[in-house]
Amino acid sequence: MNKLKFKDKINVDLLIYLAIVVVSVIILAFLDMNKFEYNYAISIIEKSLVYAVVALSMNIVTGFTGLFSLGQAGFMALGAYTTAILTIPVASRPNVYYMNGILPALENAVVPIPVALILGGLVAALFAALIGIPVLKLKSDYLAIATLGFSEIIRAVIASPMMDKITNGSYGLKSIPGFKSSVECFAFSLICIVLMVLIINSSTGRDFKAIREDEIAARSVGINIFKTKELSFVVSSFFTGVGGGLLAMFMRSIDSKTFQITLTYDILLIVVLGGIGSITGSIVGAFFVTAGKEILRFFDEPLVVAGTEIPLFKPGFRMVIFSILLMVVVLFFRKGLLGGKELSIKGMKKYSRKKEEQNIDEGGAV
Amino acid sequence: MNINQLLQHALTGISVGGCYALIAIGYTLVYGILRLINFAHGDIFMVAGYFMIFSFAVMPFPVAIVVTLVGTTVLGILIEKFAYSPLRQAPRMSVMISAIGVSYLLQNLATYLFTALPKAYPAIPGLKQVIKIGDISTSLVTILTPIITILLVVLLLWLVNRTKIGMAMRAVSRDYEAASLMGIKLNQVISFTFAIGSLLAAVGSILYFTDRMTVFPFSGSLPGLKCFVAAVFGGIGSIPGALVGGFFIGICETVIKAIGLSTFSDAFTFIVLIVMLLIRPTGLFGEKNIDKV
Repeated sequence: MNKLKFKDKINVDLLIYLAIVVVSVIILAFLDMNKFEYNYAISIIEKSLVYAVVALSMNIVTGFTGLFSLGQAGFMALGAYTTAILTIPVASRPNVYYMNGILPALENAVVPIPVALILGGLVAALFAALIGIPVLKLKSDYLAIATLGFSEIIRAVIASPMMDKITNGSYGLKSIPGFKSSVECFAFSLICIVLMVLIINSSTGRDFKAIREDEIAARSVGINIFKTKELSFVVSSFFTGVGGGLLAMFMRSIDSKTFQITLTYDILLIVVLGGIGSITGSIVGAFFVTAGKEILRFFDEPLVVAGTEIPLFKPGFRMVIFSILLMVVVLFFRKGLLGGKELSIKGMKKYSRKKEEQNIDEGGAV
Repeated sequence: MNINQLLQHALTGISVGGCYALIAIGYTLVYGILRLINFAHGDIFMVAGYFMIFSFAVMPFPVAIVVTLVGTTVLGILIEKFAYSPLRQAPRMSVMISAIGVSYLLQNLATYLFTALPKAYPAIPGLKQVIKIGDISTSLVTILTPIITILLVVLLLWLVNRTKIGMAMRAVSRDYEAASLMGIKLNQVISFTFAIGSLLAAVGSILYFTDRMTVFPFSGSLPGLKCFVAAVFGGIGSIPGALVGGFFIGICETVIKAIGLSTFSDAFTFIVLIVMLLIRPTGLFGEKNIDKV
């Protein structure tokens, strides 16, 4: 009897989540239908969704496994380039590779977008697996700098003249097919996020957290430390690669400069602000930072109040605000917005119940 | 490539290497004491460039140099006070994120204040003077850089090995807690370490930018990372190691650029890092504890 009730409850939660998804789809579909009016909003939402995927994938390795990896930009580059090379329409290829021509083998290689995204993820995962073998043995800060180094190496190889016929070298790739609608972007991101959440909440995910909390204790309960770290790194890189592919679709044109260290820092900003080790934190953080950067754009324009120009407002001001925000969070709210906790229906119910009880208690006291 | 060209490249490489060595020492000192990769160190180096540009515009150059050195030193100490010292007890990842945050802040602040466009670096009288040795022509700064670097390193080694504060630095780097139990004032020693690191970065910045002639907000980030690699290569914590590492990275980079593979010159540095971490994580001079600061 009891069991049945418990099950019912879960289903109710699931239904609420489903309802949220349905409502989001309806809103997005509405925005899509009035594309010209809401172009700006759509692009912010799409960018946030893509960043949410990448931030969550970084959180798997940094927040849940406790490995400080700064290789995000490199894995994104791998995913983005794979997706782009395999989806640029054949007709526009001569136009894209006008300088150096294209490798004959790639001339007609086109796959459907979902397949290209998965392949992009797989390429990133493969590289991560190879890189992980030597790098994951390193201690925390060496790991950070080594992964950062790999990301730069990947970028240098992509931009090198030897890769001209594949990556178009320093000219970059353009004419990448974008999202047909924001619903499509939402669907891709949602699938990635749901898969990552399932992994984090699985027994493998618990192994990750065990390693984060105490490596020696984790080893003593029979977790293979190296294998688990490698798995976390590979899984994270797979989704980072897919996220890179989504970013390529969002941007429509990419070059090796897109994937500089600053990109990794931008994602780190999201993860830290949202809360290291919080799934919903990364997602909320992605929307908060992306939308915030757009909304605060007016800080970058000269502001005139009563005829006098306020000197504070000029290009770059919003990024200063974001960096100060990052420092404030790092120094005073070390756990970020959500601090390792999750936003969930269950949590909200618990919270409201607690509030109610509190109210009753207070009432009793009076 | 004839012998003259080779010598020319070697000279350039040694000069760049000298600047790298000066920055690498900053990483090595801080890592030795706090076990922290000071990601902001490269940006301190960049800010030193801006200090020079603006002070040079309003005062005679000897004063401008002093102002740059003092300003950068103060900046280093302030960053430590505000961004790192509140996190003494925090997990290492938090401190590292804080360092990245400072780096992010300095870059964005520089973009905001001075725009992202490269600014011309002032020519310090005499430094750009062309000198001819046989068939090789070079500027004074190219020759001066390695000499200044080696002099400063000798001075630093004396400071670390022969003075009281140097002894305190070595003690803190060996055992943090025991040192504080012995009555060493941790915060003072750490501030002093940051001061020296930033001062050397400022000297490096003057020599480096005099040769490059422009400064922009991101001109510190890549040299910064390279110098960290140089510090790891030489053995983190070792001052002679940082010197050797700096020269090694500088010379290799110049050679790679000279043979026409400049796209790989940055990647090469990181390959050095990874190979070194795999073969000998302690670096070239890592085991000589006597110089570990």
